[in-house]
Amino acid sequence: MKKEQPKLARSWKNPSRLKLIPTRNGFGEGLVEAGKADKNVMVISADLTDSTRASYFKDAFPDRFVQFGVAEQAMAATAAGMALAGKTVFIASYAAFSPGRNWEQIRTTACLQKANVKIAGAHAGISVGPDGATHQMVEDIAITRVLPEMKVLVPCDSIETRKATIAAAKMKGPVYVRFARSSSPVFTTNATPFAVGKAQVFRDGSDLAIIACGPLVYEALMAAEELSKLGIEARVINNVSVKPMDEKTIVQAAKDCGAIVTIEEAQAAAGMGSAVCEITSQHFPVPVERMGMQDRFGESGEPNELLEHFGLTAPYIVKAAKRIMKKKK
Amino acid sequence: MPSVRDIPSITDKKLHSLEKKANLIRQDVLKMLREAGSGHSAGPLGLADIFTSLYFHVLKHDPKKPGWSDRDRLLLSCGHVVPIRYAAMAHAGYFPKKDLMTLRKLGSKLQGHPEVTQMKSLENTSGPLGDGGPQSCGMAYVAKADKLPWHTYCVLSEGDLEAGITWEAAMFAGKNNLHNLTWIIDRNNIQIDGYTEDIMPLEPLADKFAAFNWTVIEIDGHNIMQFVDACRYAQTIWENPVVIIAHTVPGKGVDFMEFEPGWHGKPPGSDELRDALRELRTLGGTIESESE
Repeated sequence: MKKEQPKLARSWKNPSRLKLIPTRNGFGEGLVEAGKADKNVMVISADLTDSTRASYFKDAFPDRFVQFGVAEQAMAATAAGMALAGKTVFIASYAAFSPGRNWEQIRTTACLQKANVKIAGAHAGISVGPDGATHQMVEDIAITRVLPEMKVLVPCDSIETRKATIAAAKMKGPVYVRFARSSSPVFTTNATPFAVGKAQVFRDGSDLAIIACGPLVYEALMAAEELSKLGIEARVINNVSVKPMDEKTIVQAAKDCGAIVTIEEAQAAAGMGSAVCEITSQHFPVPVERMGMQDRFGESGEPNELLEHFGLTAPYIVKAAKRIMKKKK
Repeated sequence: MPSVRDIPSITDKKLHSLEKKANLIRQDVLKMLREAGSGHSAGPLGLADIFTSLYFHVLKHDPKKPGWSDRDRLLLSCGHVVPIRYAAMAHAGYFPKKDLMTLRKLGSKLQGHPEVTQMKSLENTSGPLGDGGPQSCGMAYVAKADKLPWHTYCVLSEGDLEAGITWEAAMFAGKNNLHNLTWIIDRNNIQIDGYTEDIMPLEPLADKFAAFNWTVIEIDGHNIMQFVDACRYAQTIWENPVVIIAHTVPGKGVDFMEFEPGWHGKPPGSDELRDALRELRTLGGTIESESE
């Protein structure tokens, strides 16, 4: 048996003993910490203050909170104006609207100007649940990672989302932080390493690599435990920093494991998994299966039903792992 | 309340010098566009009197210290008219006039649409219509909240006013009483596809802004006295943001360009440049050699 990585919560293998907290809560907590550390941090909300958890910041720093109403385009450009006047500005909405609706403003006024605008995309992925496809943003990773100057962070639980939010505030330039609506297991700790530009190996193994981001990292870990019972040791990588991506860790995984499964709660096209392929195809080509939304929209349902329906849970990862193992050279 | 520098009233002597300066700046705009071989002619010429007034009378600024923190902020929303801004800035001393001839060329700071990363004193990047208004709101919001002693100006075109984002920003400015913000609308009634009132009528424009809780001033955009007075008046308003609707003639100063939508988005050829310069020099009261 491989030695367990000492990075995760002690009882990470036992879901019933883990707290279930939405990643958005970590965003709210991170905002407050960022606001304490730097009085130039401001937050703008487009009428979704409570559900994005921007409300934590509003309560702590009412003078630095701005209510914009349902106007995501002007919100993004106004944030850029504030940034050019010296502020670090988070804009909080649902990912479908920001960066969905206001992509051009983010491109021109945040990225091209290298402005200190941080886009907080709440309710990303299909685990939004009953609200349905209009609100289940699954194209956001694709449209943000392609932007020059933009950094893209997809944290795996509420603790990591807090860290990512604080890191975003400290970084220069535009950052996209993606998080989710529904509760998910808190399996990292305050001591789990986090750094922009770094992928974390959460479980070692060299039969294949499962590279995941967001709350599905936990599904990847559960799948790895199942595979282990079959004698297959999977390396599980938390690819939180979708951009800049940790080329070294990805290439090492390709070399050591020879096959990769990627999984994300987003379009498989042009997402995190595609970015992994961009790296491996150039440096060390190996078979990759990209799990995610396969060129289709979501629909209404309970979060867990939807993850099951779209094949994004541990049993499906196990199947994908077996498929990719057969393609190994 | 932040103290904003009073804009002085204008003397006859200053008025004449500004008119002359505007004429010279127009000439440079045409030469730049000819050299670049692409770009917009009508809008920049129509805004020459306003940009000359801004850089040589209205704005609190120092070309030798472009990063001065207390400078007034002048943003452009309609990035396509940037040649007039470049020409006015060169005349004001921000960079050598010879640089104007690098407009739109590889490696130039004078990008086809303004880029603040190339030149900090441009204040903002613009081109996609509608993005300047909200950026000016963001700056004015910070200045008001932090009691900073500068004023924010933003020049917008009619195309900007067809974009919904501009009205989102107008709502925000009205809600937050951004009295330290002045928008200047270039109301020249042309855009690429034709006459604005045919393409998407904006009237009643003054009523629209008033309904968004703005104070509205309408002026002749070629009357420097009126423009300066409007900017002076805007500084006395403490309740609302102010919009100056400046009625301008597209292509102003060059007879064959005036009011012609065809001149919105193209530069002069060499014969056209010669004719245009001759006309402007005559307007300026000085007949100069064509070979100059």
